[in-house]
Amino acid sequence: MITMTNEHPQLGLFRSMLRIRMIEEAIADRYAEQEMRCPVHLSIGQEAAVVGACSALRKTDKVVTTHRCHGHYLAKGGDLRRMMAEIYGRDAGCCGGRGGSMHLFDDDAGVVVSQPIVGSSIPVGVGIALAFQQAQKDDVAMICLGDAATEEGVFHESLNFAALKKLPALFFVENNYFSVYTHLSNRQPVRPISNMALGHGMASAQVDGNDVLAVQEAVAAAVTRARAGEGPSLIVADTYRFREHCGPLFDDDLGYRSPEEVDHWKLREPLERFRQDLQSRNIIDAALEAKLKATIQGEIQDAFDFAINAPAPSPASLGEYVYAQNA
Amino acid sequence: MPKTRKLQAAQALREAFEQAMAADPRVFMVGLGASDPKGIFGTTSGLQEKFGAARVIDPPCSESALTGIAIGAALMGQRPILSHQRVEFSLLALEQIIDNAAKMHYVSRGQHRVPVVIRMIIGRGWGQGAQHAQSLEVLYSHIPGLKVVMPVTPADHKGMMLAAIADDSPVIFLEHRWCHYTEGEVPVDPVPASLDGPEKLADGEDITVVATSFMVLEAMQAVSAAAKYGVKADFFDLRVLRPLNLAAILASVKRTGRLLFIDTGWTTYGIGAEVVAQATEQAFDSLRAAPRRLGLPEMPVPASPVLAKSYYVTAADIVDTMLQMANPTADRQTARAELEAIRDRLPFDVPHPAFKGPF
Repeated sequence: MITMTNEHPQLGLFRSMLRIRMIEEAIADRYAEQEMRCPVHLSIGQEAAVVGACSALRKTDKVVTTHRCHGHYLAKGGDLRRMMAEIYGRDAGCCGGRGGSMHLFDDDAGVVVSQPIVGSSIPVGVGIALAFQQAQKDDVAMICLGDAATEEGVFHESLNFAALKKLPALFFVENNYFSVYTHLSNRQPVRPISNMALGHGMASAQVDGNDVLAVQEAVAAAVTRARAGEGPSLIVADTYRFREHCGPLFDDDLGYRSPEEVDHWKLREPLERFRQDLQSRNIIDAALEAKLKATIQGEIQDAFDFAINAPAPSPASLGEYVYAQNA
Repeated sequence: MPKTRKLQAAQALREAFEQAMAADPRVFMVGLGASDPKGIFGTTSGLQEKFGAARVIDPPCSESALTGIAIGAALMGQRPILSHQRVEFSLLALEQIIDNAAKMHYVSRGQHRVPVVIRMIIGRGWGQGAQHAQSLEVLYSHIPGLKVVMPVTPADHKGMMLAAIADDSPVIFLEHRWCHYTEGEVPVDPVPASLDGPEKLADGEDITVVATSFMVLEAMQAVSAAAKYGVKADFFDLRVLRPLNLAAILASVKRTGRLLFIDTGWTTYGIGAEVVAQATEQAFDSLRAAPRRLGLPEMPVPASPVLAKSYYVTAADIVDTMLQMANPTADRQTARAELEAIRDRLPFDVPHPAFKGPF
């Protein structure tokens, strides 16, 4: 997360949320140009959960994430130019154009992997936590997943092992209620998702995922426990994605979710909600927000210019790095 | 010459683990049964006592998560060894192996490394049947990014394991349960073996014979027997299935003009199918006979010993095929009968005369 000196720390949270929103809206706006030739899974609507969770971590903590990874990558401090270059399939991308939007990582920022197969990155994060424990470090591995991943067997295997070994892991579930088009109520019985932690003897909490401060508080408490060697936690943040599962558009015309449900969540839209909160406490006003937006807009323009003008990877490099050269 | 002494392959593996763990604190082991009284067929016995439960983890029954956990730890610089007492348990972890282990180095353009070793033990005999006696090397050999090896000799079990642990790519280490009982000279020191290419076991000019894993031991008998009938084989243990380095084998085929491949798994779509295809593509003009393959028939293995006896390819089948290809007028019936007589001195469904079950 980017914070400026001498400013209210909550303004930093707002900036991070606003920045993710503006970057993803810029991706959505330009997607029809068909130059970003990879799937994009936007987190618009989920920024409070993303930023609240990542803001509770420090740089040396690690994050693994999913196909919906732009927000985690940015909130943890991933390089924007390299992200855009990756989405544009350029050599300067964080994976040299080999990953696309679903495989963002930035070692310096502690974003280790993002993997699109549901549940796939969960045990990888647990393995990072195991390595921390083996090296006797007090860093924490945060495993970002969606509600559908809690239906995978590997999720339960991972919770069991993390709890058994008291690993410094944090399972952070963004429950946006949908697995593509399939609602949570068609996939899980009625009970809090966080209750699954009870079966694994693990601490848990379920929070309003559109309240950035509530998320930050819950995650910070779990991180403190993990650093102290008290074991892993499961935090479930209830939230909502406003756009289609994959792609730049709104898809409410397809009828898979009711207008009433969408309206319910629009009233809880996280950025506007936090803006009003900060305004009421005189932490932000229109002039300051305009200044923030102008700065972010400049950064976005720079990142798109960088990505669009960056060279493509060489076709001759196609066969490189199938196997590691042994050190 | 390095100092050696006789060991069984299972003991050679155990020694590789002990030496690698003593030399490098990043090496750790995760395996169901690693600390139990049987110690994964003796390959891990005593290691937990020596290195502690944090480095020899006897884990919950969670193959998929444990594979991902090994991958995550490897990304942080650790060097995990994961063991499956039967290949079939690895099927629960296919997504982790194929999507994560095999691809992270490539997709990150070399920035991530996944130095994991995944041991998978191939069962056979004692009525283990359809889900405890499969040879699934083809599944893994299909995937770029994985290294896939099948050691045969005790020296290779130790040397290839040391090389696999030291390798920065993920290595699928396929052990045949019956090869655990092979006995041979093994270097005392930790000397890694090459993970590049086959080993030539015999020189000959009439036919090129290539086999994998336990079938190398069957083929070895056949190669000796065929010599008595005037057929001298250039004989290879393939050892490394991926990356597949066929240079020496193709050079041999160009000289002999004949190729027989013996798979430990199923013939159709097997490793032999690939080797024969490449030989046909690259040595077509040298071929004097159609290449042949032997391997498992088109069905699962049943448990009943009566049925299972008809299932497996033996040295007798191999010598018969070699003679058909390279000396069709030879007395194949006698050649078969001689090898069958040797075979019939032992029970056919156990790996070693000392074996008393249950595995």
